[in-house]
Amino acid sequence: MFAYVIRRTIATVPVVAIVAVFVFSLLYVTPGDPAAVIAGDLATAEDIARIRARLGLDEPFLVRFAQWAWAAIGGDLGVSIFTNQPVTRMIQQRIEPTLMLSVCTLVVTVVLAVPMGVIAAWKAGTWIDRAIMAFAVLGFSVPVFVLAYLLILGFSIELEWLPVQGYTPLSAGIGPFLRSMTLPALALGIVYMALIARITRASMLEVMAQDYIRTAEAKGLFQDKVLLGHALKNAAVPIVTVIGIGIALLISGVVVTETVFAIPGLGRLTVDAILRRDYPIIQGVVLLFSFTYVVVNLLIDLSYTLLDPRIRY
Amino acid sequence: MASITRTGPMKLPSERSKRGPLAVLRRHPTAILGGSILLAMVCVAVFAPFLGTVDPQKVSPIFRLRPPSERFWFGTDLLGRDIYSRVLYGTRVSLTVGIGVAILATAVGLLIGLVTGFIRLADNILMRFMDGLMSVPPVLLAIALMALTRASLENVILAIAVAEIPRVTRLVRGLVLSLREQPMVEAAIASGSGLPSILFRHILPNTIAPLLVQGTYICASAMITEAILSFIGAGTPPNIPSWGNIVADGRSVFQVKPYIIVFPGIFLSLTVLAVNLVGDGLRDALDPRLARRI
Repeated sequence: MFAYVIRRTIATVPVVAIVAVFVFSLLYVTPGDPAAVIAGDLATAEDIARIRARLGLDEPFLVRFAQWAWAAIGGDLGVSIFTNQPVTRMIQQRIEPTLMLSVCTLVVTVVLAVPMGVIAAWKAGTWIDRAIMAFAVLGFSVPVFVLAYLLILGFSIELEWLPVQGYTPLSAGIGPFLRSMTLPALALGIVYMALIARITRASMLEVMAQDYIRTAEAKGLFQDKVLLGHALKNAAVPIVTVIGIGIALLISGVVVTETVFAIPGLGRLTVDAILRRDYPIIQGVVLLFSFTYVVVNLLIDLSYTLLDPRIRY
Repeated sequence: MASITRTGPMKLPSERSKRGPLAVLRRHPTAILGGSILLAMVCVAVFAPFLGTVDPQKVSPIFRLRPPSERFWFGTDLLGRDIYSRVLYGTRVSLTVGIGVAILATAVGLLIGLVTGFIRLADNILMRFMDGLMSVPPVLLAIALMALTRASLENVILAIAVAEIPRVTRLVRGLVLSLREQPMVEAAIASGSGLPSILFRHILPNTIAPLLVQGTYICASAMITEAILSFIGAGTPPNIPSWGNIVADGRSVFQVKPYIIVFPGIFLSLTVLAVNLVGDGLRDALDPRLARRI
């Protein structure tokens, strides 16, 4: 087991390294002078020269990459072209709202979607099943910003139950915090919910066709015990795997959700950086998000032994 | 297979006569619904100039922010442009991007997948690279690419396709690896068929059905990604009316003029829904084994 943990952890290093090479070299594979591209259409020759110097474009590619990668390992992601602040510090200032939004969304999603999938599988073929699956297809189809605006229109403007936009930190009290998080978490979570509900239903159906489920039923166990104790427990591995893979949807959605709800997090930082072509920030954020995604999926891989004692390494 | 599959809790028609793509389609009215909506959208895209639209870029400051009325069916935006016309012309952008990305990503993914499935060395190198690409969330990857290139429709298609290629590659590689071990391929090798003949006669035809399904889902997600990119200002250039652009334009006034966002939102959701329904129908029709499980 311990050897597996080490091996699996080491296996993520090349993946992260490839992401780093990719994110770094993007700037150089695009046609034209990267400094001119970043500076934009209104730049003077002086601006371009300044950006060239900032990015160290006059040195050979490998030297630059080595310097950049070495600094990144030490937590230094370079300096923003626009604000002149270290990228790491800008990320630190913005990370809290994004982290809170992601955690809230994850909780809401798992708490709602897994029972939905279980019920759909339990009532397979009935109208309850169809309604839940219809919801799942809709969830895949309505883009996050459209849903976000519809939620704001309904719950904030018509009903005036929840704030329209903005972020209230947890330090301002749990009530206001939850109120400001409700709509963003719902909007962001819907695709994710659709995905998890679908997979939960599918893997539950597969498990429920097994002989031991029939045995449990024949023993006269109550249905809830069979469903939760036998079926869900055995269906857990694919469900948890999809929760991990779905983090990619969550990260993609964060950028949009924060824009709609004016939440000052990493997503906003990214969007502002795009509009100013502040590439060091984009590099830093992409690297951080990808790293998070890899680490989360590593942890999920390692959790399989806890979920299913039959899996051994 | 027959010994493993037992009738689960789902009730499915068991008669053999009800198999086959057409029969499955008949059993899936949702796929027909999706196909009809999609067809309607294609018609809207093709005949946009003849459906009572005006120049979608025409600015008329006197008619700024008019609510939906008989003259402006969907109202007008901040610059007095007719939203009905913009939304109808936006159908072209969405469908172009969706279909363009689907074709590009499946074609390139198929090629790389075939290579990695047959050449060990290429497999090791390319799949590590694909693993890396796959760990960047797709929308973020497209954003990073768009931040570096000039906004144009071609670049949007390219950026979204790059993000989708690893998934197609993985699918094709898996298919090739399992098809290689099939008796039919062994028989072909034994009877002296060369690699090209095995590839084109035995491997390729068997990748078409799963690729078609995957391509449909890629089309749906590409349309959403395009709208997201345009919405945050990193997508289709502002001089082309796309649904994402229209929503982005309406963002600042949406609390008082929600219709600017609602109409393109409905069109976008409806089109993506249609493509997804067609995809589900195709999946059920082409892969009965999977259909029984999901």
